[in-house]
Amino acid sequence: MESLSNRKKVLEQKPMSFGEKIYLPSIAKGLAITFKHIFKKRETIFYPEELRPMSENWRGLHSLKRDENGKERCTACGLCALACPAEAITMEAAERKKGEENLYREEKYAAVYEINMLRCIFCGLCEEACPKEAIYLDGPFLEADYLRKDFIFGKDKLVEEPLKP
Amino acid sequence: MELTFVIEKVVLVSVIFLITLGIAAYSTLAERKIAGYIQGRVGPHRAGPFGVFQPLADGGKMFFKEEIIPSQSNPFLFIAAPCLALLTASIGSAVIPWGQDVTIGDRVIQLQVANINVGILYIFGVVSLGVYGIMIAGWSSNNKYSLMGSVRAASQNISYEIAMGLSLIALLMVTQTLSMREIAEQQNGFWQNGWFSWNIFCQPIGFLVFIVCSFAECNRTPFDLPESENELVAGYHTEYSGFKLGAFLFSEYINMFVSSAVMSTLYFGGYNFPFMNDLGLSSNIIAVLGVLFLFAKIFFFIFFFMWIRWTVPRFRYDQLMNLGWKVLIPLSIANIVVTGIWITVKDLL
Repeated sequence: MESLSNRKKVLEQKPMSFGEKIYLPSIAKGLAITFKHIFKKRETIFYPEELRPMSENWRGLHSLKRDENGKERCTACGLCALACPAEAITMEAAERKKGEENLYREEKYAAVYEINMLRCIFCGLCEEACPKEAIYLDGPFLEADYLRKDFIFGKDKLVEEPLKP
Repeated sequence: MELTFVIEKVVLVSVIFLITLGIAAYSTLAERKIAGYIQGRVGPHRAGPFGVFQPLADGGKMFFKEEIIPSQSNPFLFIAAPCLALLTASIGSAVIPWGQDVTIGDRVIQLQVANINVGILYIFGVVSLGVYGIMIAGWSSNNKYSLMGSVRAASQNISYEIAMGLSLIALLMVTQTLSMREIAEQQNGFWQNGWFSWNIFCQPIGFLVFIVCSFAECNRTPFDLPESENELVAGYHTEYSGFKLGAFLFSEYINMFVSSAVMSTLYFGGYNFPFMNDLGLSSNIIAVLGVLFLFAKIFFFIFFFMWIRWTVPRFRYDQLMNLGWKVLIPLSIANIVVTGIWITVKDLL
């Protein structure tokens, strides 16, 4: 049939030449290629000692931030839990007592703050929802573990290290 | 038989056996390293510096794994098969001459376990016994994949043994002997009577057929159809686990070592090396150097086996049979005819 697009190309299968039929020259060519590869640079990244370079806006594990005086920024407003599409975040609010002003920035704080890392999809919407700039996904990878309960990260794992005096 | 003779042979046998096992163990590491390098990886590197303890770790793992014997299998044959595979693999090295005679005091020590005058026939017998291990393994497992793998192994080994034997007949016409030691001695030095003395230079086609057949006999890629992971699960050793599986894998590497040694001895001068007679060294030093050269050749061939494995893809089954029956056998017969004509013409001149 006549080709409408005019792009049809009839290919002819040529019979193999003697050199191609005995197959050995192409094996030699293949061997040369693999031999060259022995001396090429290795692509391996030695994972636990060495990390793959990550982009600037890469989203890792969450951390709850402190302000410049070392007080926790989170006020347990619950916007992050509301924004979370995977419903991974829960928290319980509490009122700041007298004498705790150096621990929490505002009168209300999160007594319990838990993220279920098996539910989390690392979308970063909690980060965007937070009005207090308290949560950021700037951590490392999520590491493997044996039990489901160990994937629910509480404040002990999430809150940043206190400022060094 | 004198006592010193017995002691000498026992020492030689144990040394060769230990070397064989060591080389087979480290071939597994070398294979994984070479695979890694060719594919742009590094291979095992955690166990010791550069992964040198990896074979020990693998062997230890094999020992401590559970030995499963399927309930529908034939237990006696199931256990006998890996033993047979390991046995036939390791007795092949008995007739290989490892070096020239060493003279200590007035004792002449031959670096060969058995200097029999039918060395090549012995090697052939052992090689053809090798397929029994695989066949019995596949049959006794009572598993369709195992059976398929062992049927393939049997037909492949039978077809390629013919071409292998025919390629050797041409070699025997040139050397006029079946003794491995005499063949090695005939290839003395590198240059003799105006031509290279190594057999590769008068039997290049024969060597080509021989090396292709030895790839097939060792069940190595591109002829690893008895195993072919992606078609038959694991071929004949699908049902095997623990140390019995280890014995099969080990015997594959021992086979590779022995056939590399046979190839070096028959075609690449064995323990001979260029200018060995012009160096003016004592015969003992030449003998030690010869052993080192033989092992260098063997290591090159083992590397070549692995290099081919990570380069050439597996043949289809009909292509394999095509190559064996329609290409290699006619080629080796033609080689015999040409060799015969050449020998006759040379005698007439």
